[in-house]
Amino acid sequence: MLCEDCGRNRAVVHITQIGPDGKIEKNLCERCAAKYGEFLMENQKHRNVSMNDFLKGVFSAGAQGEKPQQEKVTELVCPNCGMSYRDFQQTGKIGCSVCYATFRRQLEPLLRRIHGSSTHSGKIPHRTGGTLTMKHTIESLRSSLKECVAQEEYEKAAELRDKIRQLEHELMETEGGESDGRQ
Amino acid sequence: MAVNELLRSSSLSWLAASGKDSDVVLSSRVRLARNFKEIPFPNRADFNQLTAVRLQAEKLLPGIAADLGQAFDLLDLERITPLQRDVLIEKQLISRNFIQNPQHRIAFITADRATSIMVNEEDHLRIQCMAPGLDLDTPFARASHIDDMVESQVDIAFDEKMGYLTSCPTNLGTGLRASVLLHLPGLVFTRNIQSIMNISPQLGLAIRSVYGDETESVGNLFQISNQLTLGFSEQEILENLKTAVMEIVSHERQARKALALYMKERLEDEVWRSYGTLRYARLLSEKEVLELLSKVRLGIDLKLINEVAPDCYAEILISSRTSYLQNLAENENLSKHEIDRLRAEHVRNALLAHTRSQEAPK
Repeated sequence: MLCEDCGRNRAVVHITQIGPDGKIEKNLCERCAAKYGEFLMENQKHRNVSMNDFLKGVFSAGAQGEKPQQEKVTELVCPNCGMSYRDFQQTGKIGCSVCYATFRRQLEPLLRRIHGSSTHSGKIPHRTGGTLTMKHTIESLRSSLKECVAQEEYEKAAELRDKIRQLEHELMETEGGESDGRQ
Repeated sequence: MAVNELLRSSSLSWLAASGKDSDVVLSSRVRLARNFKEIPFPNRADFNQLTAVRLQAEKLLPGIAADLGQAFDLLDLERITPLQRDVLIEKQLISRNFIQNPQHRIAFITADRATSIMVNEEDHLRIQCMAPGLDLDTPFARASHIDDMVESQVDIAFDEKMGYLTSCPTNLGTGLRASVLLHLPGLVFTRNIQSIMNISPQLGLAIRSVYGDETESVGNLFQISNQLTLGFSEQEILENLKTAVMEIVSHERQARKALALYMKERLEDEVWRSYGTLRYARLLSEKEVLELLSKVRLGIDLKLINEVAPDCYAEILISSRTSYLQNLAENENLSKHEIDRLRAEHVRNALLAHTRSQEAPK
């Protein structure tokens, strides 16, 4: 009899394994049996539960929250890659970059569930990022302005206010075009 | 052929025992996930689209290579054997996920083996950079620089609100996964590892044992990485991981100190027995090598063993792996017995090669 796993060598070991799928009995060669033996070197390889299973659950749960609209949601299809919301629920994977725009409304609550946030605050690509860098700078200046006012440091606040005005003006001019704002 | 050298070499620059805190931290790694705009992600792309991504990546490569001052080896996954793919996984140069569909999957790996770019893995580009010891900034700077170069030529999938768009929502935002490889024999022997495992998720970090299963870690090697990628800046993510690692390092050192203090003789005995077995055994299994090697490394780090240099650790770690040995012997059908014999031979040679000359005892 040949080994049931590799099909190449003579089976010399009979194993019985009890796992999540019930009882498995196999006749194996020495080498393949060794893999079942002491321990598994790569635990991912035979992992029964994957991150995707959980994501699938998250996707499905997200749809249930909006029951009245559920029919409509599952019929949404990405114009770029043809992925439907139902596909997400099955695979737990996104199809293409356009999907994120197509399913934005459905994805946002899920992102918050995974990451605790749905707003990116890291690196921004120089070219594709457009005026985003400037917007972020303005945003952070505004929050420090608020802090200054709260601390009653009005001179500093005035400085910041002028800076924000200047940046907003620049932003108006470059809007639509490309900016080379600093990283 | 360079690729042959890549598979046969038993050293990896980023596993060298030279970096910061290298008594506990073996290596640091940073990975960026990037996708080209509008082309479907690899799991949904057809062969034409995968080829387009591949050609685009190949076109970008010369510029990146010139800028880094490093030559890249190109690996076409379809053109190498399954065994060779396994060797690359063992060396952590590519991921297991990457080999499931080898068609149109290629990897670029630098001559120093510290940078690898996988094309058409889960995302179009996976830029991976490694460094020895605890040093996340160097690899991140390098990966980010490569990212900048790619972005200057190709439109990258990016959304103002959601950041870099990725195939799996768990990578969305920064697309950054930073991880650190730790050797924690002290925490394992003093049975403190479980608390580290329990605390890490609360800090947004995932920790897993590299070899072995859930119930038993073999070789005391652990990998810790960030879980969240969205809502934090890259610097925050790296800083969070770094702080946690430093904490673990100090606990590990305390545990080692306690071991050396309260059970010095037993520890010495264990260390030297392990060294003796590795030095003279004729048959060694993968598991046995990992277990003994961990103790020898502990002995070297605690200066109980001085006659062998710490770099023997990385060399044995690589050259004792089954696929590596099979590839070296150019025989996939070696019996377990034959592999164990080969393995013991490699371990003996590696220890001999790293033995310090007697006249320079510190």
